[in-house]
Amino acid sequence: MNAPQQSVSLQPEVALRATPKRRGMSILLVPWIFLAPAVIVFGVYVVIPIFQSFWLSLFDWDGLSPTKKFIGLSNYVALFQDDQFWTSLKNNVYWIVLFLLGPVLGLTIAILLNQNVRGMRIVKSLFFFPFVLSGVVVGLVFSWFYEPSHGLLNTILGIFGLPSISPLSDEHLVTPSIIAAGLWPQIAYCMILYLTGLTAVDPEQIEAARIDGARGLKLLWHVIIPQLRPATFIAVVVTIIGALRSFDLVQVMTDGGPFGSSSILAYFMFQQSITNFRMGYGAAIAVVLFLIMSVFIAFFLRHMIRNERR
Amino acid sequence: MFPAPIQDASAPKRYAYYAAIVIALICWLLPLLAVMLTSLRSLEDFNVGNYWGLPKEWKFSNYAEVFQQTPMVRYMLNTVIITLPAVAGAIALATLAGFALAKYRFRGNLLLFCMFVGGNFVPFQILMVPVRNMAVRMGLYDTYWALIFFHLAFQTGFCALFMRNFISTLPDALMESARVEGANEFRIFWSIILPLMRPALAALAVLIFTFIWNDYFWALVMVQSDAVKPVTTGLSALRGEWVASWQLISAGSIIAALPPVAIFFILQRQFISGLTLGAVK
Repeated sequence: MNAPQQSVSLQPEVALRATPKRRGMSILLVPWIFLAPAVIVFGVYVVIPIFQSFWLSLFDWDGLSPTKKFIGLSNYVALFQDDQFWTSLKNNVYWIVLFLLGPVLGLTIAILLNQNVRGMRIVKSLFFFPFVLSGVVVGLVFSWFYEPSHGLLNTILGIFGLPSISPLSDEHLVTPSIIAAGLWPQIAYCMILYLTGLTAVDPEQIEAARIDGARGLKLLWHVIIPQLRPATFIAVVVTIIGALRSFDLVQVMTDGGPFGSSSILAYFMFQQSITNFRMGYGAAIAVVLFLIMSVFIAFFLRHMIRNERR
Repeated sequence: MFPAPIQDASAPKRYAYYAAIVIALICWLLPLLAVMLTSLRSLEDFNVGNYWGLPKEWKFSNYAEVFQQTPMVRYMLNTVIITLPAVAGAIALATLAGFALAKYRFRGNLLLFCMFVGGNFVPFQILMVPVRNMAVRMGLYDTYWALIFFHLAFQTGFCALFMRNFISTLPDALMESARVEGANEFRIFWSIILPLMRPALAALAVLIFTFIWNDYFWALVMVQSDAVKPVTTGLSALRGEWVASWQLISAGSIIAALPPVAIFFILQRQFISGLTLGAVK
């Protein structure tokens, strides 16, 4: 929430002075009429399914048979003994940690590009547009880039006399390589947030700091970055949530392989439910992922509410 | 302004800066440039090992081949059929809801707002099984409607956040004076608020058009047959058929990416303002 803060207030000064009777309908009902369609569809497709997933995670169900067998917490017990779960969870942690390079590199590029030079607009768009590509396309683009025998990466490594690598079939390289692909649009997104943030930095403070002799990195660290806090907050939270939500790249680039080593929870869940017909087990994985994410979602909401109250 | 304007720097520094930008841009787009180059390469080139030199012959017919030999046109059309109603529906519902959240005080206002924002962030997996079952039970599995309904409903959350923030910036005095003149609330919405929302509607439409266009997960979960498959899962299926024909995979990827990219470049201003006003994805 970068721009909207300017004038978002929680107390819309709507005076509800109008006499309800004259209108034939209580004005108290009005907002609910406006809200009803959105609340209903969002409830049916988003809110209720969350609870249903929790419930379903207590059952053994293949997704086809008419009856589900209640098994209590057995799915969770099995889950915590499943190596694939721990591998996926560990990879999720890698994703979050490495994805945080997104805000850092996004800020770096934003600073590089924050100049009023002819042609800068198109340069900014060219840096940004990977963000509009679908995960499938990004996945295919990088699969070709990483291709072991003739991909561009190995060709370049070859020019420098370095040995070839096969990023997507080496279990140590595979996760970082997919994350690098995921970072591409993520950096672009953070860059835009920071470019917007930089235009809002107070020029007088910069001038004052310059007069005091602050330059370059010192100026950046002590004056600019503190003022970019709103952008940083959004960038970090959205990056973490994005890292936890990624699915497309893993599915397209490796299908979780080699030997499940690049799986993440989102993919693991899909694989168990759709490929292996273990819907209850899948729901249990989804619940764990949801609980991890709700920490960050709650954090975001708390920040938003505080901003509003201010 | 930070950093200091480059115009004030010495000439060598300025040129170094321009050079740095160009190099950075090339590195940034390298994987994509590789795909573009490959999409124009002939099979012959591959056979003689000419992977990264200039193509012996620029083979634009790779693109024609994708269109002629695969259901790519069908996939694209399917995406359009799914995307347009979902965008329109989500925006319509969210405009109504955003108006209520922005301009009325009532119990539960903040709670509902948090529901829309928080719901927008949940992992798709927590919704997957129930939503898929619902589609199966209603007989919508493997139809356009399964995806249209879901995207419509899910994007309503993001759009409501966006619309609420935008409508909050509109002055209340407008509504007040209309009330004094006896207009009812629905009329106020229709003839005062809605006309002021055109820029926001455009920004939001562009933004969620690309979100829905690029959806892969739900397409994978909800539809199977070529007749309804959107371009994302379509492309991924074609990749399986093409095995290692990278010139075709590359051409196909570019075709699939083109519509959202074109829309972004044409409606850049709307897109960016949408993104920063919503500031979440």
